[in-house]
Amino acid sequence: MRSGEPPATRGPRLPYRVRGIFPLLLAIPVIGLAQWLVGDMPFIVYISSIVGVNVILAVSLNIVNGMTGQFSIGHAGFMAVGAYTAGKFSLESKDLVISHLPTTMSDQVLLVVALLIGGSAAAICGFIVGLPSLRLRGDYLAIVTLGFGEIIRVILQNTEAFGRSLGLAGIPQWSSMFMVWLWAFITVLAARRIAGSSHGRSLWAIREDEVAAEAMGVNTTAYKVRAFVISAFFAGIAGGLFAHFVPIINPGSFTFVKSIEVVVMVVAGGLGSTTGAIIASVLLTLLPEGLRSAFTAISGNAEIAQRVDQIRMPIYGLLLVILMLVRPQGLFGTRELWDVLPRWFPRHRRGPA
Amino acid sequence: MADFIQHFINGIAAGTIYALVALGYTMVYGVLKLINFAHGDVMMVGAYVGYGTALRMGPAGRGSFLGATLVFLLSMASCAALGFAIERLAYRPLREKPRLTALITAIGISFTLEYGFQLNFLFLPGAAPRAFPEIIIPTEWLVIGDRDVVLWNWQVLSLAIAVALMVLLQYLVFRTRFGRAMRAVSFDHRIAALMGIPTDRIIAITFMLGSALAAGAGILYAIKDTVVQPLMGLYVGLKAFVAAVIGGIGHVPGAMVGGLLLGLVEEFVVGYTSSSWRDAVAFGFLILILLLRPEGLFGRVTAEKV
Repeated sequence: MRSGEPPATRGPRLPYRVRGIFPLLLAIPVIGLAQWLVGDMPFIVYISSIVGVNVILAVSLNIVNGMTGQFSIGHAGFMAVGAYTAGKFSLESKDLVISHLPTTMSDQVLLVVALLIGGSAAAICGFIVGLPSLRLRGDYLAIVTLGFGEIIRVILQNTEAFGRSLGLAGIPQWSSMFMVWLWAFITVLAARRIAGSSHGRSLWAIREDEVAAEAMGVNTTAYKVRAFVISAFFAGIAGGLFAHFVPIINPGSFTFVKSIEVVVMVVAGGLGSTTGAIIASVLLTLLPEGLRSAFTAISGNAEIAQRVDQIRMPIYGLLLVILMLVRPQGLFGTRELWDVLPRWFPRHRRGPA
Repeated sequence: MADFIQHFINGIAAGTIYALVALGYTMVYGVLKLINFAHGDVMMVGAYVGYGTALRMGPAGRGSFLGATLVFLLSMASCAALGFAIERLAYRPLREKPRLTALITAIGISFTLEYGFQLNFLFLPGAAPRAFPEIIIPTEWLVIGDRDVVLWNWQVLSLAIAVALMVLLQYLVFRTRFGRAMRAVSFDHRIAALMGIPTDRIIAITFMLGSALAAGAGILYAIKDTVVQPLMGLYVGLKAFVAAVIGGIGHVPGAMVGGLLLGLVEEFVVGYTSSSWRDAVAFGFLILILLLRPEGLFGRVTAEKV
């Protein structure tokens, strides 16, 4: 049975209205608590923000690459669109304060608005790219998405309003760990809800066999474009968040390399597995960042830290090759963590179902 | 007018290099239906081997015909070996797997080569660009007016080499036993195997041929650019792929025409606007082609069989 199946109902069911937002009600205090605990440690906040952004990117890319089986390698392009649009909006509205609200609150509201604008801009780009190119088969689509990402970068590099190659500086640093992880949670929730819905089933069908799906009455192009737009929206959100906690964004942050990084996370986690994408992105972000900071902290020698950064890229490449040769389904395949755990730790297994 | 002619010459010169790399893409795609993402990086390795060889030869290698030939041959041979190794280790085990798997592997290899060559470790050269020795002393082959239009000897040479290689390839594919076997594998490799064609060997040789062509292109590119650097293959590879698609992927003369066309379009757009748009031109062109004529200029439409 596919992981997208809703689990058999256990225990008392929640009222219909609460069930929809129940996970959020649960998540907000938890993330808030985490923010309260480590919020005054800038290093941890920074690292966890990076991790959160990568989780959003990986989980959103997984909707296209994993669930729908379309291979997009231009995710950084959508991220760039989101980052620049949201960043530009915040730069323009930096001095605004919404009346009747304290400054910090007003800033957060503006941040959410900026993120939504950035996400929508990215989604529109996703639509523009997706509509024509998703009629193409796998490898062509890969190249077109790659080309699209590059075109975005070149356009940013040539636009005066976006600071050309220098990028945008001075974007207000409104983002917080809470904001990043809230959005990460929303992304995961959306991805899981899609996977379990009839919409998701169509996506899985397209992934397994496009021709067969078409024959069963799935409007493949429409579903693919929709998946693409949703994925682009969250990539834009990730970009917007990113723009609000790094001091400067420039086209160099959104190259092909960034796209491949996200692809590696999705592939390593297992194409189609949301929890796999989460775990892989957390690990693949923490390892190099952690090693780098650890080396810098211990020896105070920036050179070793730099070396770690250098060696990361060839290792990503090798990791892809080795994964494909040894375990092409990635960490979890299309399954989720809770499908895999009982098999790894079989002691809680109940009697025959 | 002089401007126009100069851009035309530069465009053809850039186009020949795209064309040579595109030939490799098209051949590999023809037999394996795989976009060999690492092809541009094989070209980069070829340029580095050429750089190393020319450096070892010292002044003897500068501008001598024998030296240049040696540089070309050595680099093509080592890239053929690299191509063989990549095919054997990374692509062959995945041949019966879904195509996405091979595509991901190809991206992985490309990434490994690009960033592996940026390390300073053992024989690896490091990220800094290196000046390529002048194995061909650049001289003006043809000058019109008061240096309004300059045609360099290496531009003529690279066009000549590219055309010669293409003719050779065309002969190989359509007039030899090997070529017939290659076309059979490209048509259907399972049936070809049943007919007694050693498909594995044919595919390996195709890879080696394509990689050798890429090495030649790499040296020509290094002569044109005067430097070698680890990321040089990234964009050339992608653009050459675009060229192959424009010509109709799998079609040998198509790749040549596509390469020249792309070189010209790029040069004209860059020449009359700004050089910072260079990298966007090819991809814009690609998207246009895929929308209007996805099978390319010379390709045939193939229906997807169930």
